[in-house]
Amino acid sequence: MNNRNNRFLAAPYLIWSAGFIIIPLVMVLYYAFTDFNGSFTVSNVTAIISYVNIKALMLSIAFSLAATFMCLIIAYPLCLILTTVIKNSSSFLSLIFILPMWMNSLLRTYAWQNILERKGVINGILAFLNLPLFYIINKPPAILLGMIYDFLPFMVLPVYNSVSRIDKDLLNAARDLGADPFETFLRVIWPLSLPGVISGITMVFVPSLTTFVISDILGGGKILLIGNVIEQLFTQDSDWNAGAGLSAILMVFIVISMFITAKYDREDIK
Amino acid sequence: MQLQNNKLIDLQHITKSFDGNMVLDDLCLYIRENEFLTLLGPSGCGKTTTLRIIGGFETPDKGQVLFEGRDISDLPPNKREVNTVFQKYALFPHMTIAENIAFGLKIRKKSASYIKDKIKYALKLVNLDGFENRMPDSLSGGQQQRIAIARAIVNEPKILLLDEPLGALDLKLRQDMQYELIRLKNELGITFIYVTHDQEEALTMSDTIVVMNQGYIQQIGTPESIYNEPENAFVADFIGDSNIIEGIMIKDELVEILGAKFVCVDKGFGENNPVDVVIRPEDIDLLKPEEGTIDGIVTDTIFKGVHYEMCVMARGFEFVVHSTDYFPVDTRVGIRVDPFDIQIMHKPESEDEKAVEIDE
Repeated sequence: MNNRNNRFLAAPYLIWSAGFIIIPLVMVLYYAFTDFNGSFTVSNVTAIISYVNIKALMLSIAFSLAATFMCLIIAYPLCLILTTVIKNSSSFLSLIFILPMWMNSLLRTYAWQNILERKGVINGILAFLNLPLFYIINKPPAILLGMIYDFLPFMVLPVYNSVSRIDKDLLNAARDLGADPFETFLRVIWPLSLPGVISGITMVFVPSLTTFVISDILGGGKILLIGNVIEQLFTQDSDWNAGAGLSAILMVFIVISMFITAKYDREDIK
Repeated sequence: MQLQNNKLIDLQHITKSFDGNMVLDDLCLYIRENEFLTLLGPSGCGKTTTLRIIGGFETPDKGQVLFEGRDISDLPPNKREVNTVFQKYALFPHMTIAENIAFGLKIRKKSASYIKDKIKYALKLVNLDGFENRMPDSLSGGQQQRIAIARAIVNEPKILLLDEPLGALDLKLRQDMQYELIRLKNELGITFIYVTHDQEEALTMSDTIVVMNQGYIQQIGTPESIYNEPENAFVADFIGDSNIIEGIMIKDELVEILGAKFVCVDKGFGENNPVDVVIRPEDIDLLKPEEGTIDGIVTDTIFKGVHYEMCVMARGFEFVVHSTDYFPVDTRVGIRVDPFDIQIMHKPESEDEKAVEIDE
């Protein structure tokens, strides 16, 4: 196929990305650096250093790091088990973990609200068994739980892909050369799965950093993450300039994590 | 080659099955120090499983693996004094060549200067000096295989296990590597256990060949004895081309084939007993009609380079004949076989001893 045809085929995608990705991005930046009258200002962006905003941003980063870490801790052993111990039924088991992705995340989050409520499913069972009740709804653990549940599949998929692509002979070779199972993991499995781990980290960290739905529903509006602050600026205060300013700051953090991914993708091993 | 008599590896009554399929059945085999032993057989004969049991990657269902008289059946691979060269090389793709070779030495906590010297020595040994900082995927298949060998031998194993190491290489490279392996073995003075389905490889390199089929050992012997004196139709058929004909042993040193009496050198098959007779294609002499023991007609002739391969139909049996003399199709010829070129075998006692068609 010649170049002209290739360009023609790419046109719909180019139009799409211009209309729905590039133009909105430019608009966000435009609003971020202008005031209500349309004249240039940096006050929207520097607003991040106010106590409320910086606290929300730090809290968001802390929640995202914790959620990412927990997802990795859960997903990595799971992927190892899926690829080595029970390889015959692995496609079914990985389907179980991927299945929630096919449901609307809002629905899943509301479901957690029902489960965790003061008179919710868990406490209903605990009360029935005469056990002490369990209150985490509207507290940080509920938000963390929601993030882990919602974003776990984004960790499982890339990690599973990279772990399952490791040639079993490489593991045999490591054992043959004197490595015990732990050394085999440390020197062969872990470094070869790193590209999957890195993209898993990005795919969990970025949506965790920007979420406002999970903190809204499971935090009861009491815990403000940076996503909630931005959402309120747009919807309640109708201050698009201030909202765009904070969004721009958030984008900087996302771009940084994207750069880290891109760096490791280049070092990806076929 | 001086072979010592002490058994380095002794496999005793090894039985192994996968999902109910018997792969090895009561296999007994020992390997002496400094031996080049080849496990030869078609795919699924159990040769690779045998190697994996010696390497520690499989545990036998029954039986014992003795290493210098010590039972190592339950020892994991990392605790065994053997190293393996894998069929697909299995070089670590995230490490340089030097890091690959150093892998085993680093695990054993050798000093940096020792490791450096060993890498240099090993690369020189496999003729790849200066490759230290290359990555495995920048090397050709043959080069990767040499690195895999270097990576195994720096650990100074008592035994090197090679699982069809030349299988993925092209013909010319494969032949070069055969000489390379023989040279390596002589320089290193360690025991090689080699798995292949390629009979030419086995004949070229081995001190001892173990022919296997369907989980049973068919014959153990030197390349010469395996080729010249196959014990059953399977071995005769698997090693080289051969004509396998049903015959009747009239008495010692006389066998009847296709209604004609041939003088041979074999004894002890009784009188008037049915036997299988093996005649190698290159051992058949084609003469003028009436001058041989039986007459036949040439039905096909192919030029093979070194010789012609001809099919000769005689009394309902089609002989394959290799000869440097050319006989056109439809020529009437006499067939003669020297007595010592006739190999008498017992009839197959079981399915696995029968000749099979091998078209790899």
